[in-house]
Amino acid sequence: MYDLIIFVVLLSLGYLFGSWNEKKHFKSIREREAQYRTLPAISLKRVPEKFSGADSTLVDGNVVVAIDYFKNVSAGLRNFFGGRVSAYETLVDRARREATLRMKQQADAWGADTICNVRIETSSISKGAKGQVGAVEVYAYGTALRLPESTQPPTDAFQQI
Amino acid sequence: MSDITVTNIETVPGKTIVKHIGMVNGNTVRAKHAGRDLMAGVKNVFGGELKGYTELLTESRKEATARMIEQAQSIGANAVINVRFSTSSVTAGASELFVYGTAVVVE
Repeated sequence: MYDLIIFVVLLSLGYLFGSWNEKKHFKSIREREAQYRTLPAISLKRVPEKFSGADSTLVDGNVVVAIDYFKNVSAGLRNFFGGRVSAYETLVDRARREATLRMKQQADAWGADTICNVRIETSSISKGAKGQVGAVEVYAYGTALRLPESTQPPTDAFQQI
Repeated sequence: MSDITVTNIETVPGKTIVKHIGMVNGNTVRAKHAGRDLMAGVKNVFGGELKGYTELLTESRKEATARMIEQAQSIGANAVINVRFSTSSVTAGASELFVYGTAVVVE
Protein backbone atom coordinates (compact mmCIF):
# COMPACT_ATOMS: atom_id res chain seq x y z
CA MET A 1 0.00 0.00 0.00
CA TYR A 2 2.78 2.41 1.01
CA ASP A 3 4.61 1.57 -2.18
CA LEU A 4 1.61 2.62 -4.22
CA ILE A 5 1.27 5.93 -2.36
CA ILE A 6 4.96 6.69 -2.87
CA PHE A 7 4.65 5.78 -6.52
CA VAL A 8 1.67 8.12 -7.06
CA VAL A 9 3.35 10.97 -5.17
CA LEU A 10 6.57 10.60 -7.19
CA LEU A 11 4.57 10.37 -10.39
CA SER A 12 2.61 13.56 -9.75
CA LEU A 13 5.68 15.43 -8.49
CA GLY A 14 7.55 14.36 -11.59
CA TYR A 15 4.71 15.41 -13.85
CA LEU A 16 4.19 18.83 -12.23
CA PHE A 17 7.79 19.90 -11.77
CA GLY A 18 9.02 18.10 -14.88
CA SER A 19 6.64 19.79 -17.30
CA TRP A 20 7.02 23.17 -15.58
CA ASN A 21 10.79 22.85 -15.79
CA GLU A 22 10.66 21.82 -19.43
CA LYS A 23 8.39 24.69 -20.45
CA LYS A 24 10.64 27.19 -18.72
CA HIS A 25 13.72 25.70 -20.35
CA PHE A 26 12.21 25.70 -23.85
CA LYS A 27 11.21 29.33 -23.42
CA SER A 28 14.74 30.33 -22.44
CA ILE A 29 16.18 28.25 -25.32
CA ARG A 30 13.97 30.02 -27.87
CA GLU A 31 14.94 33.44 -26.52
CA ARG A 32 18.66 32.72 -26.64
CA GLU A 33 18.41 31.10 -30.08
CA ALA A 34 16.92 34.35 -31.38
CA GLN A 35 19.75 36.28 -29.72
CA TYR A 36 22.49 34.22 -31.40
CA ARG A 37 20.86 34.01 -34.83
CA THR A 38 23.56 36.34 -36.22
CA LEU A 39 26.26 33.81 -35.27
CA PRO A 40 25.70 30.85 -37.58
CA ALA A 41 26.98 27.39 -36.68
CA ILE A 42 27.59 25.23 -39.74
CA SER A 43 28.51 21.58 -39.97
CA LEU A 44 30.62 21.87 -43.13
CA LYS A 45 34.21 20.77 -42.88
CA ARG A 46 35.48 23.21 -45.49
CA VAL A 47 36.12 26.77 -44.32
CA PRO A 48 34.04 29.28 -46.34
CA GLU A 49 36.20 31.39 -48.67
CA LYS A 50 35.36 34.58 -46.81
CA PHE A 51 37.02 33.18 -43.69
CA SER A 52 40.20 31.88 -45.34
CA GLY A 53 42.40 34.31 -43.40
CA ALA A 54 40.50 34.26 -40.12
CA ASP A 55 41.69 33.43 -36.60
CA SER A 56 40.49 30.10 -35.32
CA THR A 57 39.98 28.32 -32.03
CA LEU A 58 38.11 25.34 -30.66
CA VAL A 59 34.85 26.10 -28.84
CA ASP A 60 32.57 23.69 -27.02
CA GLY A 61 29.49 23.40 -24.85
CA ASN A 62 27.96 20.58 -22.86
CA VAL A 63 24.95 19.85 -20.72
CA VAL A 64 23.60 16.94 -18.70
CA VAL A 65 19.81 16.75 -18.48
CA ALA A 66 17.99 14.30 -16.22
CA ILE A 67 14.67 12.71 -16.99
CA ASP A 68 11.81 13.14 -14.50
CA TYR A 69 9.92 10.30 -12.85
CA PHE A 70 6.74 10.69 -14.87
CA LYS A 71 8.59 10.53 -18.18
CA ASN A 72 10.56 7.55 -17.00
CA VAL A 73 7.33 5.67 -16.32
CA SER A 74 5.61 6.79 -19.52
CA ALA A 75 8.66 5.82 -21.55
CA GLY A 76 8.57 2.43 -19.86
CA LEU A 77 4.96 1.97 -20.95
CA ARG A 78 5.83 3.11 -24.45
CA ASN A 79 8.51 0.48 -24.54
CA PHE A 80 5.79 -2.12 -24.10
CA PHE A 81 3.43 -0.83 -26.81
CA GLY A 82 6.02 0.52 -29.23
CA GLY A 83 5.92 3.74 -31.22
CA ARG A 84 7.31 7.22 -30.74
CA VAL A 85 8.73 7.90 -27.30
CA SER A 86 7.98 11.63 -27.16
CA ALA A 87 9.13 11.80 -23.53
CA TYR A 88 12.69 11.09 -24.63
CA GLU A 89 12.44 13.10 -27.84
CA THR A 90 11.91 16.37 -26.01
CA LEU A 91 14.60 15.51 -23.46
CA VAL A 92 17.29 14.96 -26.07
CA ASP A 93 16.10 17.93 -28.16
CA ARG A 94 16.40 20.18 -25.12
CA ALA A 95 19.88 18.94 -24.34
CA ARG A 96 21.15 19.34 -27.92
CA ARG A 97 19.85 22.86 -28.28
CA GLU A 98 21.22 23.88 -24.89
CA ALA A 99 24.68 22.46 -25.66
CA THR A 100 24.74 24.25 -29.03
CA LEU A 101 23.74 27.50 -27.34
CA ARG A 102 26.51 27.18 -24.75
CA MET A 103 28.99 26.61 -27.55
CA LYS A 104 27.70 29.73 -29.32
CA GLN A 105 27.92 31.71 -26.09
CA GLN A 106 31.58 30.77 -25.71
CA ALA A 107 32.27 31.63 -29.35
CA ASP A 108 30.50 34.96 -28.99
CA ALA A 109 32.59 35.87 -25.94
CA TRP A 110 35.70 35.21 -28.01
CA GLY A 111 34.33 37.45 -30.79
CA ALA A 112 33.61 34.81 -33.42
CA ASP A 113 31.81 35.48 -36.70
CA THR A 114 30.90 31.87 -37.42
CA ILE A 115 31.48 28.34 -36.13
CA CYS A 116 32.32 25.68 -38.67
CA ASN A 117 32.58 21.89 -38.59
CA VAL A 118 30.20 21.58 -35.65
CA ARG A 119 30.00 18.07 -34.24
CA ILE A 120 27.43 16.93 -31.69
CA GLU A 121 27.98 13.91 -29.50
CA THR A 122 25.41 12.27 -27.24
CA SER A 123 26.06 9.85 -24.42
CA SER A 124 23.78 8.43 -21.79
CA ILE A 125 24.75 8.58 -18.16
CA SER A 126 23.09 5.68 -16.43
CA LYS A 127 23.36 5.16 -12.73
CA GLY A 128 23.62 1.45 -13.29
CA ALA A 129 20.82 0.67 -10.84
CA LYS A 130 18.04 -1.36 -12.47
CA GLY A 131 19.42 -0.42 -15.85
CA GLN A 132 17.38 2.78 -16.02
CA VAL A 133 18.45 5.75 -18.11
CA GLY A 134 19.00 8.53 -15.62
CA ALA A 135 20.32 11.34 -17.75
CA VAL A 136 21.69 12.22 -21.15
CA GLU A 137 24.81 14.24 -21.90
CA VAL A 138 25.21 16.23 -25.08
CA TYR A 139 28.54 17.71 -26.10
CA ALA A 140 28.80 20.12 -29.02
CA TYR A 141 32.10 21.38 -30.43
CA GLY A 142 33.38 23.22 -33.45
CA THR A 143 35.97 25.62 -34.79
CA ALA A 144 35.13 29.28 -34.19
CA LEU A 145 36.34 31.67 -36.88
CA ARG A 146 36.99 35.36 -36.34
CA LEU A 147 37.66 37.79 -39.15
CA PRO A 148 40.39 40.38 -38.66
CA GLU A 149 38.95 43.80 -37.74
CA SER A 150 39.50 45.36 -41.18
CA THR A 151 37.44 42.76 -43.05
CA GLN A 152 34.36 42.66 -40.82
CA PRO A 153 31.28 41.77 -42.88
CA PRO A 154 29.02 44.72 -43.74
CA THR A 155 26.19 43.28 -41.62
CA ASP A 156 27.93 44.68 -38.55
CA ALA A 157 27.88 48.26 -39.78
CA PHE A 158 24.28 47.75 -40.81
CA GLN A 159 23.30 46.76 -37.28
CA GLN A 160 24.77 49.93 -35.81
CA ILE A 161 22.46 52.22 -37.79
CA MET B 1 49.29 26.90 -23.78
CA SER B 2 47.83 29.96 -25.46
CA ASP B 3 50.31 29.96 -28.33
CA ILE B 4 48.98 26.65 -29.63
CA THR B 5 46.07 26.71 -32.07
CA VAL B 6 43.51 23.96 -31.72
CA THR B 7 40.90 23.34 -34.44
CA ASN B 8 38.68 20.46 -35.44
CA ILE B 9 39.02 21.14 -39.17
CA GLU B 10 41.78 19.79 -41.38
CA THR B 11 43.66 23.07 -41.69
CA VAL B 12 44.45 26.21 -39.75
CA PRO B 13 42.80 29.06 -41.69
CA GLY B 14 45.24 31.64 -42.99
CA LYS B 15 48.29 29.45 -42.33
CA THR B 16 50.08 26.69 -44.18
CA ILE B 17 51.04 23.39 -42.65
CA VAL B 18 54.76 22.85 -43.07
CA LYS B 19 55.15 19.62 -41.11
CA HIS B 20 52.90 16.84 -39.81
CA ILE B 21 54.37 15.46 -36.61
CA GLY B 22 51.85 12.80 -35.63
CA MET B 23 48.92 11.98 -33.45
CA VAL B 24 48.63 13.37 -29.94
CA ASN B 25 46.02 12.46 -27.39
CA GLY B 26 44.89 13.05 -23.85
CA ASN B 27 42.50 11.21 -21.61
CA THR B 28 41.07 11.22 -18.12
CA VAL B 29 38.77 8.89 -16.20
CA ARG B 30 36.56 10.56 -13.64
CA ALA B 31 34.12 9.27 -11.09
CA LYS B 32 31.51 11.38 -9.40
CA HIS B 33 31.40 11.49 -5.62
CA ALA B 34 28.52 10.12 -3.59
CA GLY B 35 27.00 13.53 -2.82
CA ARG B 36 26.59 14.28 -6.49
CA ASP B 37 25.09 10.85 -7.06
CA LEU B 38 22.55 11.50 -4.33
CA MET B 39 21.56 14.82 -5.88
CA ALA B 40 21.22 13.11 -9.24
CA GLY B 41 18.78 10.66 -7.68
CA VAL B 42 16.64 13.54 -6.43
CA LYS B 43 16.81 15.23 -9.81
CA ASN B 44 15.61 12.04 -11.43
CA VAL B 45 12.21 12.68 -9.84
CA PHE B 46 11.90 16.32 -10.85
CA GLY B 47 13.90 16.33 -14.07
CA GLY B 48 16.12 19.17 -15.22
CA GLU B 49 19.81 19.89 -15.59
CA LEU B 50 22.34 18.06 -13.44
CA LYS B 51 24.74 20.95 -12.87
CA GLY B 52 27.19 18.84 -10.89
CA TYR B 53 27.63 16.39 -13.74
CA THR B 54 27.86 19.15 -16.33
CA GLU B 55 30.68 20.82 -14.40
CA LEU B 56 32.45 17.52 -13.78
CA LEU B 57 32.45 16.66 -17.48
CA THR B 58 33.55 20.17 -18.48
CA GLU B 59 36.50 19.99 -16.06
CA SER B 60 37.44 16.53 -17.24
CA ARG B 61 37.43 17.53 -20.91
CA LYS B 62 39.55 20.57 -20.10
CA GLU B 63 42.05 18.36 -18.38
CA ALA B 64 42.15 15.87 -21.25
CA THR B 65 42.64 18.73 -23.73
CA ALA B 66 45.39 20.24 -21.57
CA ARG B 67 47.21 16.89 -21.57
CA MET B 68 46.93 16.68 -25.33
CA ILE B 69 48.29 20.21 -25.75
CA GLU B 70 51.15 19.48 -23.37
CA GLN B 71 52.07 16.44 -25.43
CA ALA B 72 51.90 18.46 -28.64
CA GLN B 73 54.19 21.14 -27.20
CA SER B 74 56.71 18.57 -25.99
CA ILE B 75 57.18 17.27 -29.54
CA GLY B 76 57.56 20.77 -30.97
CA ALA B 77 54.15 21.42 -32.57
CA ASN B 78 52.46 24.81 -32.65
CA ALA B 79 48.97 23.65 -33.66
CA VAL B 80 46.71 20.64 -33.23
CA ILE B 81 44.24 20.03 -36.04
CA ASN B 82 41.34 17.67 -36.71
CA VAL B 83 40.59 17.25 -33.02
CA ARG B 84 37.97 14.65 -32.02
CA PHE B 85 36.36 13.99 -28.66
CA SER B 86 34.99 10.69 -27.47
CA THR B 87 33.24 9.62 -24.30
CA SER B 88 32.89 6.11 -22.96
CA SER B 89 31.67 4.77 -19.67
CA VAL B 90 34.19 2.41 -18.17
CA THR B 91 32.10 1.15 -15.26
CA ALA B 92 28.89 2.37 -13.66
CA GLY B 93 29.79 5.66 -11.99
CA ALA B 94 32.89 6.51 -13.98
CA SER B 95 33.40 7.79 -17.49
CA GLU B 96 36.41 8.24 -19.69
CA LEU B 97 36.92 11.38 -21.73
CA PHE B 98 39.32 10.98 -24.62
CA VAL B 99 40.54 13.64 -27.02
CA TYR B 100 42.88 13.18 -29.94
CA GLY B 101 44.21 15.18 -32.86
CA THR B 102 47.11 15.66 -35.25
CA ALA B 103 50.04 17.75 -34.13
CA VAL B 104 51.44 19.99 -36.87
CA VAL B 105 53.78 22.89 -37.42
CA VAL B 106 52.17 25.85 -39.21
CA GLU B 107 53.53 29.08 -40.56
